[in-house]
Amino acid sequence: MTSAAAAAVTAESQPRRERPSTLALLLNNRLAAAGLVVLGLVVGAALAAPILPLADPNATDPAHRLAPLFAPAHLLGTDALGRDILSRLIWGTRVSLAVGVSASLIAAVVGSAIGLVAGYAGGRSDQILMRLIDLLMAFPYILLALAIVAILGPGLINALYAIAIVNVPFFARNIRGITVGLARREFIDAARLSGKGPLRILWSEILPNVLPTIVITLSTTVGWMILETAGLSFLGLGAQPPQADLGSMLGDGRKVMFTAPTISLVPGLMIFLIVISINLIGDGIRDALDPRLRSGALARPSFRTAIAEPLDRPTAPLDAAATLDVKGLRTDFRMGPEIYHACGGVDLTIAPGQCLGLVGESGSGKSVTAMSLMGLVPSPPGIVTGGTIGFRGEDLATAKNERIRTLRGSAIAHVFQDPLATLHPLFCVGDQIVEAIRAHQPLSRSEAEGKAEELLTLVRIPNPAERMRALPHELSGGLRQRVSIAMALANDPELIIADEPTTALDVTVQADILRLLDTLRHDRKLAVLFITHDFGVVSEIADRVAVMYAGKIVETGPTTAVLADPAHPYTRMLIDCVPVMGEPERRLDAVRGRPPAVNQLPAGCSFAARCPRVEPDCSTGEIVLDEKRNGLQARCLHPLEPGETLA
Amino acid sequence: MTAVSDARLLEVRDLSRRFGGGRTLFGVKKPQLTAVGALSLDLQKGETLGIVGESGCGKSTLARLLVGLDRPSAGTIRLDGEDLAAAGRRAVAAKVQYVFQDPVSSLNPRHTIRAILEAPMRHLLGLGKAERARRLDQLIEDVNLRPEFLERYPHEFSGGQAQRIGIARALAADPDVVVLDEPVSALDVSVQAQVLNLLERLKRERGLTYVFISHDLAVVESVSTRVAVMYFGALVETAPARAIFAAPRHPYTRLLIDSAQIPGRQRAPKSGGSGELPDPYNPPPGCAFAPRCSRAEEICGEAMPGLEARSGDSQHHVACFNPIPLAAHS
Amino acid sequence: MTATVAKRLLTAIPVLFGLSIIVFLMIALIPGDPATAILGSYATPENVARLNASLGLDQSLPQQYLAWITGVLHGDFGRSYALNRPVIDIVLERFSATLLLAGASLLLATVFGLLAGIVSAVRQFGLADKVITLIVLIGISMPSFWLGLLLILFFAVKIRLFPASGMVAIYGGGGPLDILHHLVLPAVTLALVATGVIARLTRTAMLEVLRQDYIRTARAKGLTERRVVYRHAFKAALVSIIPVIGIQAGFVLGGAVYVETVFQWPGIGAMLVNAISQRDILLVQGGVLVVAAAYVLFNLLADICQTLLDPRLK
Repeated sequence: MTSAAAAAVTAESQPRRERPSTLALLLNNRLAAAGLVVLGLVVGAALAAPILPLADPNATDPAHRLAPLFAPAHLLGTDALGRDILSRLIWGTRVSLAVGVSASLIAAVVGSAIGLVAGYAGGRSDQILMRLIDLLMAFPYILLALAIVAILGPGLINALYAIAIVNVPFFARNIRGITVGLARREFIDAARLSGKGPLRILWSEILPNVLPTIVITLSTTVGWMILETAGLSFLGLGAQPPQADLGSMLGDGRKVMFTAPTISLVPGLMIFLIVISINLIGDGIRDALDPRLRSGALARPSFRTAIAEPLDRPTAPLDAAATLDVKGLRTDFRMGPEIYHACGGVDLTIAPGQCLGLVGESGSGKSVTAMSLMGLVPSPPGIVTGGTIGFRGEDLATAKNERIRTLRGSAIAHVFQDPLATLHPLFCVGDQIVEAIRAHQPLSRSEAEGKAEELLTLVRIPNPAERMRALPHELSGGLRQRVSIAMALANDPELIIADEPTTALDVTVQADILRLLDTLRHDRKLAVLFITHDFGVVSEIADRVAVMYAGKIVETGPTTAVLADPAHPYTRMLIDCVPVMGEPERRLDAVRGRPPAVNQLPAGCSFAARCPRVEPDCSTGEIVLDEKRNGLQARCLHPLEPGETLA
Repeated sequence: MTAVSDARLLEVRDLSRRFGGGRTLFGVKKPQLTAVGALSLDLQKGETLGIVGESGCGKSTLARLLVGLDRPSAGTIRLDGEDLAAAGRRAVAAKVQYVFQDPVSSLNPRHTIRAILEAPMRHLLGLGKAERARRLDQLIEDVNLRPEFLERYPHEFSGGQAQRIGIARALAADPDVVVLDEPVSALDVSVQAQVLNLLERLKRERGLTYVFISHDLAVVESVSTRVAVMYFGALVETAPARAIFAAPRHPYTRLLIDSAQIPGRQRAPKSGGSGELPDPYNPPPGCAFAPRCSRAEEICGEAMPGLEARSGDSQHHVACFNPIPLAAHS
Repeated sequence: MTATVAKRLLTAIPVLFGLSIIVFLMIALIPGDPATAILGSYATPENVARLNASLGLDQSLPQQYLAWITGVLHGDFGRSYALNRPVIDIVLERFSATLLLAGASLLLATVFGLLAGIVSAVRQFGLADKVITLIVLIGISMPSFWLGLLLILFFAVKIRLFPASGMVAIYGGGGPLDILHHLVLPAVTLALVATGVIARLTRTAMLEVLRQDYIRTARAKGLTERRVVYRHAFKAALVSIIPVIGIQAGFVLGGAVYVETVFQWPGIGAMLVNAISQRDILLVQGGVLVVAAAYVLFNLLADICQTLLDPRLK
C-alpha cells in the first residue's frame, strides 16, 4: 500500500481530472523539447535537400580533394575524391533517415501484428509464433542482420530488410506481453459478453490500449535502427557507391582518417545527433504515455517520512504513562501544486496492553496516520507537518533517524495487510525472522534460528523447523500472516501497529488470525493499534475505537459504547449501511455522496454535505472533538442521543 | 416474456471444469486441478441464489461457466430447456449477463461510457441508433447516473459509480439472468449499500433472476432468497436463506457462520485453528472437508457424500454423511 | 536444483536445432545457383560441379540437412574457398579472439552498469543521478564505429597511450600484458552501449523494487538502510537485471563486428564482414553457427542463474 495510499488519496479526491495532452507533456520536458528541435532541424534540412543551394554530392573534383573545414565553396571541406562534404552529409542524412525510419515502420507493423495475434489467440498459435520469434532472438542481434545480408547480397535495400527483420522480435515480444495482460483483463470479458467477436475485440478493445506501447517501443528503437543501418553501410554491406548514406561516408572517411579526420568525424557526429535527439524524444514520449511514470510514482521512498521544518508542535506535555500518545499529528501528500491533508490533526492515546481499533473507509487517512508514527509513509510525496508522537513519553517526531531505526521492529513492530506482498519473495521465512531478531539482539545465527523456530511455534505454525526454509509463496495466506506476526513479535515489542492484517484473508482464516492476535496481546500485555474498515473485526479485538473521516478522528470511545450508541452521525451511518449476519431484514441505509477531497476540505465539519442532521453552524469554524457522554468523544455540534436514530 | 409454468430457468447438471492435465511434449503428465467438480444446480425464476465460499472454492469458475466465458470440461447448462453450449456465446449473452468484481478493470479505459453501454445493444440486440439512444437514457437513469456521464471515460469515476456503469452494461442487453461475481467486495462499505439497494430495485422493476456470488456471508444473507455453500469445487449445502443461516446442517457452513465477525459481538476465544484447505492438485479421497471436520467418521474419508435432502425439509440439501442434527439449533 | 538445471539444459536443444536449420537454409535461400555464388563468377564449371556434389545440392533438402548436420557435429563445416582452409579451423581461431574481446566488454559493462544503476537509483534526482543519466544517454546514442575512431584519434594518435589496431604488437609482442594493452580501447568501445543499457535497467529495476511493500517491511523491521538497499532491494532487482545482461551479451557479440573492423582485431566479426564481401558463404555459415550457439549457451546460463535466484520461476 506504500504508493497505493498516495494514489488512493489523489484518485478519490478529484471528481473530474483533465489529463494534460501528450504533446503538452512532451513540450514540458525540456530535454525532449531540445531533442525535438534538433531533430526538426536535421529532418528539415534533409527534406529540403533538393531545393537547397548545394553542390552535386557526387561531382568529383580531384583538384580540390581533401579540402579542410571552411574551405572556400566547401564549408565542411571535401573528401578523398574532392566531393563536397556538406552536400554529401545532407543527402546522406536523407538516405539514412529514410532507410532507418522505413525499417522501423516495417518492424513495428509486422512485429506488433505478430504480437497481437499471438497474445490474443494464445494456445498453439501463440506457442508456434513465439518459438519462431525466440529462434530469431537466439542470434546475436547484428549477426542475424549479417546472415541476412550474406544471403541477399550487400545493398541498401537488403540492409533495410535485414534491420527490419532483426527488430521484429522486439515488437512481437513487447506487444505480446502487453496483449496477454490485456486479454486477461475483465473488460475483454465484458466485450465478449457484449457480443463482440475476436477480430472486433482485437481491433477496438485491445489495439487502442496497445498503441501507446507500440509508439513507445518505436520511439525508443528508431534511433537504434538508424544507427544499425548506418553500421551496415559502414561495413560496406549497405549503401553501395555511388549512393552514400551516413554510414558509408564514415566508412570511406576512415581510409583517410589519419590525414583528414573530419571526413569521418562529421558524418559520425550527424548520426550521433540524430540518434541522441530521437532517444531524448523517445524518453519524453515514454514518460508522457506511461501513466505510472507520469504520476511520479516511480519516486524512491526514503528511509523515513520527511519532517517539515519547522514542525508545528502542540505544547501539551506527553503522557509518559501511555504506550502511545499522539497529539495533533498532521501528514500531507505534496503532489505538484496540490497538497492533500491525508492526516489532518489526529490525537490518539493507547495505554499499555490496550487495543485501539482505528476505523475508516479507504482514503480516510487511517493507514497514513498509522504509517506516520514510525516514519513509514513514502516520501516523496508524504511529509509530516505537525504533531508530537509520544512513545512512553519520548517524542518520536523529533527523534533522530538512528533512534527510529532501533525502535522499528523492536519496541514498535508492524503487521501489514497482504503478507504475500509484504514478505520478501526471495528469502525463506526463517531468514527473514532471523534477520529481524539479529537487527536488534546480539545473538549468533544459530541462536537466532532457535528463537525464530520458537516464534513460529508460538504463532501455531505446524512443523516450524521445516517451514523455516519455506519461501513465502510456498505458504498459504493464513500461514504467511502468522509468519508476519511471528516477525513482529521477534523482539518483544510493546506496541504492534497492525494495518488491516486480516483483510486479505478468507473468513475462516481471518477468524483464526484474529483469535491468535487477541490471545497474544493478552498473554504478552501488548498495546495494539489495529487499523481496519470492518466494525465486525473491531468488536472482536479492540478495547477502544476511533473512527476517521477525511483525515480527522470524528468519534472515539469504548468499543461497545461506540457500536451500540454512537454520537456522530457518520459512525451511525457507517454501522447502518453494512449488512449484519442474523439481521437480513434490516434496511441498509446508504450514505449519500462521497467524502470530500482532502486537498479541498470544506470549512467546519467535513461530513456536513452528506449529513442528514446538518445545520447552518456545521459549515463554519473549527469543530472540536469533545466529550459527549460517558467516555464517548465526537467531533459534532449536533450529536445523537443514546437510542436516537437518523431520520 | 411469457409466463413460464415450470419455474426452473437454469438447469446445471454434473458440471465440471478442470484446468491443466494432459501431457507435455516429453510425455510427462501435467498436474491437473478440478476447479468445479460434477456440480448440479437449479435456478428458479425470480430468485436470488447466493453462492458462498472462500477463495479457491471454484465459485468464480462456476460464474464464468454460467455466462459462457468459459467452457465446461463436462456436464451441461440448460437455459429454458436449451443447451447453452449449443446456443453459442451471443445467444447466451443475450439472456445471461455478468457483473464483475472489479468495476474499474471491467471498463475499457479508452472507451467512453456511451461506447461501452452501446456495445451490447448493437452486437447482441442489433438495435438502430435512435432506439439505442432512447434505451441508453433510460438505462443511465435507472442506475442513478447523470446523462452527461455518457461522454466520459472510466478513470473519471469512483468505484461505486463504475460499478453502477458495470451493472448498466450487464442490463443493456435486457437479460433474464444476471450473475454477480462479488459485485460489492471491491467497494467501500458506505458505497456497498448504494449498490446493493440499486440491485434490489432493478431486480424488482425488471423481473430479474440473480446469481449472487460472494465470500461475505452477511451480504449474501441480506440479498438472497436461497443460498448454496461451495467448498473445494462442490456444493456442500443448499437451502432457503433463512433456513441455512438459522440451522446450517453441514459442518463447513457452521464453521463459516461462526467465523464471521459481527459488530457488537465478542466471541469467547476458541482454541486451535480451523485447519487448512486441502491441496487442489492432490485432493483427499472422500469428503474434502473431512480432514478439518470435527464430526468426521470413517466413511467420510472414503466416499463422497451426495447433495440430498437428509431430513424432512425437501428444500434443504446437504452433502454430508453426518450432518448437524436440526435439534442442535433449537 | 539439479533437476531444474537439467530441465533448462533440455530446453536449449530445440533452440539449437532450430538455429541449425536456419543457418543451414542460408545456402538454400541464396538467390540463383549457390555454388556459383560461393565460388564467384570466375569459377570453372568443374569446380562448380564439384562443389555442388560436395554440398549435396542434387539431393532433397532433408537429406542435405542430415548430411550437413552430421558433418557439423563432427567438426566438418566445409572449406573456405577464399582462404582455402577448413572453415572450422578459421572459425575457432577467430572466435577465441572475439571471446576475449566480448568477454572483457561484458564484464566491464556489467560491473559499471550495475554500479552506475544502483548509485543512480539511490541518489534519485541528485547530482550523481543526473550525471550518470546524461552519460548513459550519450553512451547509448553513440555509434560504436564512430566512438572507436574518436578513441583511436585521441589515445593512439594524439597521446599515444594505446595502440590503434591489432591484438598483439607486430614486433616482439604477444604476452598477456601486450594483449591487455591492445584490448583496452576496443573493449571500452564495445562496452559503452551495453553499460548504458544495463545502468538504465538497473536504475529502473531498483526504483521499482524500492517501492514494493516488502521493502517497507524491511524498514519496519529496523534494518539499516544499507542492508535494505544492498541485500533486500538489490537481490530482487537482480532477477530482472540478469536477463538483460543475457541480451546484452548478444549485443556485445554482434557489436564486435564493428569494433573488430575499426580496430582490426582478428576476431570473428571482422572475418564475417570480409567473408560476406567475398561471398564466402560456407565461412559465413560456420561463423554464424558458432557465435549463435555460444550466445544460446550464455543465455542458458543466465536463465539458470535467474531461476536459482528466484525459485518462483521454476
